[in-house]
Amino acid sequence: MSRIRKNYENSFAHRFLVFVKGDKPLPEEDHVEEWRNRVAEVKETERTENANYIELAETDPYEDAKRFAQMSGVKVFRKIYYVLAVLMCLMIIGMLIMNVMYMPRFGSAETPTNNEVAERYLEKGSEETGVVNTVTGMILQYRAFDTFGETNVLFVAACSVMILLFRKTEPEKAPRKGKRKRKDAAAGNAPEGPSVSTADGQTEAPSCVWPPAMDTEEMEPAPDVILQNVARVVVPLIFLFGLYILLNGHLSPGGGFSGGAVIGAGLILYNAAFGFRATRRFFDEKVYDIIKVGSLCLYALIIAYYLFTGANGIASVVPLGRLGTILSSGLILPINLLVGLEVACTMYAFYALFRRGTF
Amino acid sequence: MTKLIVVLLVGFLVVCAIGVSAAKSLLVSVVIFMSYSLVMSIVWIFLESPDLAITEAAVGAGVTSVLFFVTLRKINAVEEDDDESDTEEL
Repeated sequence: MSRIRKNYENSFAHRFLVFVKGDKPLPEEDHVEEWRNRVAEVKETERTENANYIELAETDPYEDAKRFAQMSGVKVFRKIYYVLAVLMCLMIIGMLIMNVMYMPRFGSAETPTNNEVAERYLEKGSEETGVVNTVTGMILQYRAFDTFGETNVLFVAACSVMILLFRKTEPEKAPRKGKRKRKDAAAGNAPEGPSVSTADGQTEAPSCVWPPAMDTEEMEPAPDVILQNVARVVVPLIFLFGLYILLNGHLSPGGGFSGGAVIGAGLILYNAAFGFRATRRFFDEKVYDIIKVGSLCLYALIIAYYLFTGANGIASVVPLGRLGTILSSGLILPINLLVGLEVACTMYAFYALFRRGTF
Repeated sequence: MTKLIVVLLVGFLVVCAIGVSAAKSLLVSVVIFMSYSLVMSIVWIFLESPDLAITEAAVGAGVTSVLFFVTLRKINAVEEDDDESDTEEL
């Protein structure tokens, strides 16, 4: 791809590229000279032959413009284009900066956001929800319904990526058989690829299949000593930190999404260091399905409980506990855990699907 | 002192943002983008929102960059061997 063919200038590809880009080959120097000479010649003959010759062609703006466009129009157009693009960017930047200057100062008391809503959250948040970290209380208690919607969006996004990227080599066979086949391919004794699907004749086109031969050994990352040794030390710490953020979401900054993202990043690091076979020992498709669907359903149940008790004016049975301890603030701790699991699975799933097409 | 650090960091952010678009190689662009995210997470701490800082460091610098790297690998923009390190035009 990086090599340039010998006769590239005259090849079809180059001419096509030039055609697409739209720049004409500039007229060569001698050609221009010849053309000018001929024009002068014609003018001379006209002047000599025609007695009352008026020099119109010299000042005709249309002719001038045409000649100019033929000689260096593309070049000048490009320059104008660049200048206009930069000007446009500068104008947008200027407008945005002007808008920013009209905004209230950061942290000033007169900002419109300092109204009774924020006041209520800050004053009664700890008392009503039992959290120390007001942000978590706001997200998971006062606005629990919004957060539930966002989690669903994440779930749907992961599902659509899986629909788009999952390889289905045997569409009409039972999924259990496909799973066994995948295991065999991981062991390296069953070639799996487009050839399997083409054997049936009427399966999907090979071009639709996510890059073939991804299950074979060569796609496993090469064992890197430095990466593996660092990962051996760092990955447990990352998992521990992620769990800490998850479990302490109602006491300290963080919460479901942050902790889940940290755990997902740890999973990705583990995978990059030790390969897909090591990861599949504890995290395969089945575990992924169970965790993802299970946590979302449990979350939905908790939200339904909130809605039910809130709409009917029933006091929640779950005790809020003592302020500042781990086991406090009612259902926020389990919600944080569930959201974290969901997010971690989604992160890892994106990585695995982009990387290989399967887990 | 804190203000000076913030100004330095924000200046670095601007330089990074220009560098991402100005870099010739896509790989270099992704690395600069990664450093942008890291500095941004520090700026979040100065803006007193540590939860955003954690998320930015994990998602922006970690997961997104890894996804970019995987994509670059997929479209063959990253050379496997080191001796052919000069990247091709895309």
